[in-house]
Amino acid sequence: MIRKYVMAAVVAAVAAAGGMSVAEAAEKLKVSGVYTVPVEQQWVSRIHKALTAAEERGDIDYDYSESVANADYERVMREYAEGGSDLVVGEAFAVEQAARRVAKDYPETAFLMGSSFPAQDPNFAVFDNFIHEPSYLTGMIAGGMTKSNVIGIVGGYPIPEVNRLMHAFMAGAKEINPDVKFMVSFIGSWFDPPKAKESAFAMIERGADVMYAERFGVSDAAKEKGVLAIGNVIDTQAQYPDTVVASALWHMEPTIDKAIAAVKDGSFKAEDYGLYSYMKHGGGSLAPLGTFESKVPADLKAKVEAKQKAILDGSFTVKVDDSEPKSTL
Amino acid sequence: MDIFLDILISASLWATVLRIATPLILGTLGELVCERAGVLNLGIEGIMTLGAMVGWMTVYQGGDLWTGVLVAALAGMLAGLLHAALTVPLGLSQHVTGIGVTLLATSLSYYTYRLVLPQATTPPTVTPFQPIGDGSLLGSLPVIGPVLAQQTPLTYFALAAVVVVAWVLHRTPVGLAVRMVGENPAAADAQGLNVTGVRIGAVMAGSALMAVGGAFLTLSAFNAFFFNMINGRGWICIALVVFASWRPGKALLGALLFALFDALQTRLQQVSGAAIPYQIYLMMPYVLSIVALIVMSRRAAYPRALMVPFRKGER
Repeated sequence: MIRKYVMAAVVAAVAAAGGMSVAEAAEKLKVSGVYTVPVEQQWVSRIHKALTAAEERGDIDYDYSESVANADYERVMREYAEGGSDLVVGEAFAVEQAARRVAKDYPETAFLMGSSFPAQDPNFAVFDNFIHEPSYLTGMIAGGMTKSNVIGIVGGYPIPEVNRLMHAFMAGAKEINPDVKFMVSFIGSWFDPPKAKESAFAMIERGADVMYAERFGVSDAAKEKGVLAIGNVIDTQAQYPDTVVASALWHMEPTIDKAIAAVKDGSFKAEDYGLYSYMKHGGGSLAPLGTFESKVPADLKAKVEAKQKAILDGSFTVKVDDSEPKSTL
Repeated sequence: MDIFLDILISASLWATVLRIATPLILGTLGELVCERAGVLNLGIEGIMTLGAMVGWMTVYQGGDLWTGVLVAALAGMLAGLLHAALTVPLGLSQHVTGIGVTLLATSLSYYTYRLVLPQATTPPTVTPFQPIGDGSLLGSLPVIGPVLAQQTPLTYFALAAVVVVAWVLHRTPVGLAVRMVGENPAAADAQGLNVTGVRIGAVMAGSALMAVGGAFLTLSAFNAFFFNMINGRGWICIALVVFASWRPGKALLGALLFALFDALQTRLQQVSGAAIPYQIYLMMPYVLSIVALIVMSRRAAYPRALMVPFRKGER
C-alpha cells in the first residue's frame, strides 16, 4: 500500500516537473499482480518482468503482492479490484473457483490469469506458458549432445504446464536421437533446490549426461558434476556458462502488451491469451547458444534452425501433451 | 533386487544420506535440548528459516562463511530468547507461542530478504562451503573415504555437535541441571537451581543449533536463499526427537534413517518411475518414519516436566 502512495507521489511529481497535466498521468492504466510465489520464481518472474517493462515505458502503474497464500488469494484480488485496478494479472491454478467468482463481482475490472481452464465471460481472460515449441528445439539439442543417450529430467509437480514442456522436450530429443532414454522424477515441491539437486545427482550417477532443469538446483548439480543442462523459462547460461547449453525462454511481453492495449481501447474480452506465448507471436524462443555456439555441431544447429523455421511458418506443429511423463530407462 | 543392492552399496547414496541428514541432525539436536529442559519449541521451522536467511545474507554482504554460521546462530538465539521469554517466566502456552515464533521468524526472514533485495529476479548466489575433497585425511580413508570426501565442514560440525550435546547433557553439571529442570523443576529449585534461567539458556542454545541447521541449506547444500526452502524440515525434527526418545545418539540415528529413506526414494523413483506413482515414493520416508516412530516411542521416557510451566513456590 505504501508503495502505491509513493508511486502516486512520484507520478505526480514527475508530471508536475515535466509540465505534463495530472489528468494525462491519471489516464495510465492501473495494473496489479497477485502472485502465489515470490517474484524470483521462474514462472512469475516472466510476468513480473513484462509488467515492470510496461511500467518503465510509462504505459501503466504497476503494483503487486507476492507470496500470497492460496487462502488469501481471493481477498487480495478483491482488494485490488476495489482499489480501482483496471487490470489484475495473476495465476488462478490453485484458486480457479474463487478467482472466477471475484471476476464476476467486478465486471468493470479486466482479469488476466494463468489458468489451465478456458476463459470466462465477460472479463476473465486466461494465459499459460505455452513454450512447448522452444522446448522441442532444446530437446533436439539435448538429443544431439548426449553421449550416454541418457537424459535426466527433474520436475516439481507433474501439472499440465510442466508436463507439456517435458513431453515436447522428449519428443525433440527422440527426433534427433531415437535411442535416447529418459529418467523422470518429481520432488513434490516448487521450492526445494537442495532436494532437486540431490535428485539430479542421483540421475547423473546413473549415467545421465544432459539434465533438463525444470527446477532451481538441477543446473547446480550439473555444473558440479560437469554434465550439460538445458534451461527452462529463463536463460541461466550467464550463471552456468560451461554447462547450460540452451534454454527455452518464455516471454510474457506479447501477452501483457496485448492485454494492456485491449484494456486501454475498451476491447478487452474473455479470451485465451495462451496463443501469445507461441513462437510466432514472440512469446517463446530458443535462447542464443552463447558459449555453446561453437560446441554444438553444425549439422545439429542446421536441423534445429530448419525446425524453428517450420514451426514459425506453420508447417510443423509441436504436439501439446499434458499427461504425466514417465521414465523410459 | 540387484538394482536395489547396487544402490545400497554406492558411495553416492551414503554421501547423499549425510547431506540430507545434516540439517535434520542439527534441528533435532536443537529441539532435543529445548525439550530436555521442559520447553517444546515449535518455533523450529521459523528459526531454521531465519538461520537460512541470516546466514546467507551475512555471506552475501561480504562476511566469510563461518561468520555467516555464527550470525545465523546468534539470530537463532534471539528467536529462542523470544520463545523462552514468553513460555518460561510468563508460562504461556508453548504450542501457541511456538507457532507464533515460526510465523514471525518466517515472515521476518522473507520481509528482510525482500527489503535488502527488492528487485531480484534470479536469486543471487554466494560461494558455499566446499566438500573437503579426496586429498583430506578423512577423504583418503578406505571404503568410507569417498563418502566423507563429498561432505562439507558443516556436516562434520553437525556430527561433532551430536557428541558434544550428548557429553554435555549426560556428563556435565550443566547437562544435569538442564535434564533436572525438564524432569522435576521443583526439585531443581529446591537444590537452589535457577529453573527459569536454565530453561531460557537451554532454549536459546537449542535454537542456535536449529538456525545453523537452516544455514546449512543456504551455505552448504545450496548457494542461494529461497522462500519456503525449509519445506517442513523443522516439523520432521520435532518427530525425530520423539523417535530418539530424547537422546542425542538416537537423534543422529533417526536423522540418518530418514535421510536414507529419502535418498532411496529418489533413486527408486528413477529406476521404475513408470510402475508406481511418484507420490508413493515421496511419501515413503514419512510413512516409514511414522512406523519407526510408533515402534520406538512405545518405550520412550519423555521429560516429565515437558510443557509444564514452572512457577516458583507454587504446588
